[in-house]
Amino acid sequence: MDTVIFTIVSLTVLGFLLSLILYFVAQKFKIVEDPRIDDVEAIMPGVNCGGCGYAGCRAFAEGCVKAENLDAMFCPVGGNETMQKVAGYLGIRVEEKAPRVAVVRCNGTCDNRPKTNDYDGYSSCAVMASLYAGDTDCRYGCLGQGDCELSCKFDAIKMNPVTGLPEVDAQKCTACGACVKSCPRVIIELRNKGIKNRRIYVSCINKDKGGVAKKACAVACTGCTKCQKVCAFDAITITSNLAYIDYNKCRLCRKCVTECPTQAIWEVNYD
Amino acid sequence: MIKTFSIGGIHPQDYKISAEASIENFPLAETAYISMSQHLGAPAEPVVAKGDYVKVGQLIAKANGFISANIHTSVSGKVISIEQLQDLAGNISQHIVIRREGDDWMENIDKSEDVIRTIKFSGEEIIAKIAENGIVGLGGAAFPTHIKLSPVPNKKAGCLIINGSECEPYLTSDYRVMIESPEQILIGTKIMMKALNVQSAFFGVEENKPKAIGILKEIAAKSYPYIKIVTLKKRYPQGGEKQLIDAITGRRVPSMGLPVDTGVVVQNVGTALAVYEAIQKNKPLFEGVVTITGECITEQRNFRLRVGTTYETIISAIGGFPKDAVKLISGGPMMGKAVSRMDAASVKSTSALLLLTENQTKRGEEGSCIRCAKCVNSCPMGLEPYLLNKLSMAGRVEDLEKHMVHDCIECGCCSYTCPSNIPLLDAIRLSKYQVLKIIRSRP
Repeated sequence: MDTVIFTIVSLTVLGFLLSLILYFVAQKFKIVEDPRIDDVEAIMPGVNCGGCGYAGCRAFAEGCVKAENLDAMFCPVGGNETMQKVAGYLGIRVEEKAPRVAVVRCNGTCDNRPKTNDYDGYSSCAVMASLYAGDTDCRYGCLGQGDCELSCKFDAIKMNPVTGLPEVDAQKCTACGACVKSCPRVIIELRNKGIKNRRIYVSCINKDKGGVAKKACAVACTGCTKCQKVCAFDAITITSNLAYIDYNKCRLCRKCVTECPTQAIWEVNYD
Repeated sequence: MIKTFSIGGIHPQDYKISAEASIENFPLAETAYISMSQHLGAPAEPVVAKGDYVKVGQLIAKANGFISANIHTSVSGKVISIEQLQDLAGNISQHIVIRREGDDWMENIDKSEDVIRTIKFSGEEIIAKIAENGIVGLGGAAFPTHIKLSPVPNKKAGCLIINGSECEPYLTSDYRVMIESPEQILIGTKIMMKALNVQSAFFGVEENKPKAIGILKEIAAKSYPYIKIVTLKKRYPQGGEKQLIDAITGRRVPSMGLPVDTGVVVQNVGTALAVYEAIQKNKPLFEGVVTITGECITEQRNFRLRVGTTYETIISAIGGFPKDAVKLISGGPMMGKAVSRMDAASVKSTSALLLLTENQTKRGEEGSCIRCAKCVNSCPMGLEPYLLNKLSMAGRVEDLEKHMVHDCIECGCCSYTCPSNIPLLDAIRLSKYQVLKIIRSRP
């Protein structure tokens, strides 16, 4: 009987002492985390795509809580709606950002840009770009091995087996920028979605002189400056034989589209 | 005892089918396309203008920057243009295009066959003359030779190693040079020894070239006792600089270090001949021996080819593409580069043209890694290719650096041995350059 009583008493005392130690340790090393981080994280889409520039949704939420205003923060997947919610919850200001979408600036299909050699190496754009200038005469255009398709978490960019070029599904694209980073040739660009989803852009990034570019690809931008001259809004700049349309200045009038002698300027969603 | 390097390596069949074809002069092309980026480092700066008449061996472009080399014309004639053209990989560089008129050499070049044995220049004069004649390493990397021979502060070379291992399958250009001009190579070695101020030299030759070893040993024993001919075991990549140093001296080049850190300078057989010709004969580097081989061509050839000859011209000279050839490789099958453009021209370091059939170039279907560790055992740098491949796929740059991806010499042993046909080297090469870029950008 003594043994039982002794066991109960000693264990009780031991338990009490240990719980006291645990209590003081917990007090001493307490980590105070802003409870708002959890709430903001709950508002986030939770894809962890990294399109915002942070490691994931939680890191972004932490950034939002710490920030003075949300002008520099943007979740491309959640868009303005999510950012408004976050700003409303945190009670700070946020700027409305124009929604963006990825566009592929190369139209070097098999017909437009004939193959000059066969690539039989490892099927990856990055590897191919590290080996040589590509299987056509164009040193700038799409390599067609589909690194962008692999990088997309939203199933929004797909290689078209007929043209050999990637195509973006604007409905699914969140403009997270993963494909932009994955492309060794930097063909893909994030551009404003535009009014009624209408977009005008130069679908070529060939910086070679006009003659060389045209020889390599029938629809290459030759840097002829015709589009620049016809543009009434000063939206087109030409650097190293390549035209670029500034989507902030462009009023979508389409004069340049009809003017371009090589059909390198594309219009989207006009019909 | 037959020497070899200590870790890794493979034993591919050597296919030296062109070994018995003696060196012939390649018929001169009508137009020469001479690239300004034939060497490692900054492109050379043209010193001729359109319309100028140039003689064979005349300086047409000057070294531009510390690591750069002079370039001399390989044909005589008029400069018809200086333009941007694509090389065999499609990358653009400046080329001087010369339309050939006859074969009119510079007067100061000694065209005779006589072997000149006495060296009348001092060490500094030799290095200056090598730089002037645009000699680059002909082992593949085309590093300017005069820089390799110039003294490095706080480091002293104790010996010179001549690389005659030619461990890549198919290649026989170095072998033919060793057989046809052995004494010239040994004099070239002596010249470089004088430039480096070293007293001993080793000449490594693989055991599958007994004839070359015999000839070299005989001449060396008679007149050049300080050059030791070392017989090496047949093993790839013995011709790699670091592997050769390991094989002959047993020393290891530290990671990111230079061979001179171990007190050794390595030069190729072709470079030794070029040095001999530059110093004793005043002949700049504008031609080299090129093997044209492959099972699909009937006649195996070794040509003395002028720099700037297009691949098209070379292939048409051997009677056009054989029917079953699908791939043309400049260099050997292990480290050579596939030629993507036939209008690209040969450069100083072009050593072979290899024609392969579809069967020979076919990639097997890629399987999963079965953890057999064949790649680990074959890596001559002691890396773990399977792991580097995985890390590279995941883009883990920091871990790649930790596992020394930047030490890779791109020999291709891992891809060669992989039973699952995983393209290990492709992935590793990609991340190697990424990591090197990061390392070099650090202060």
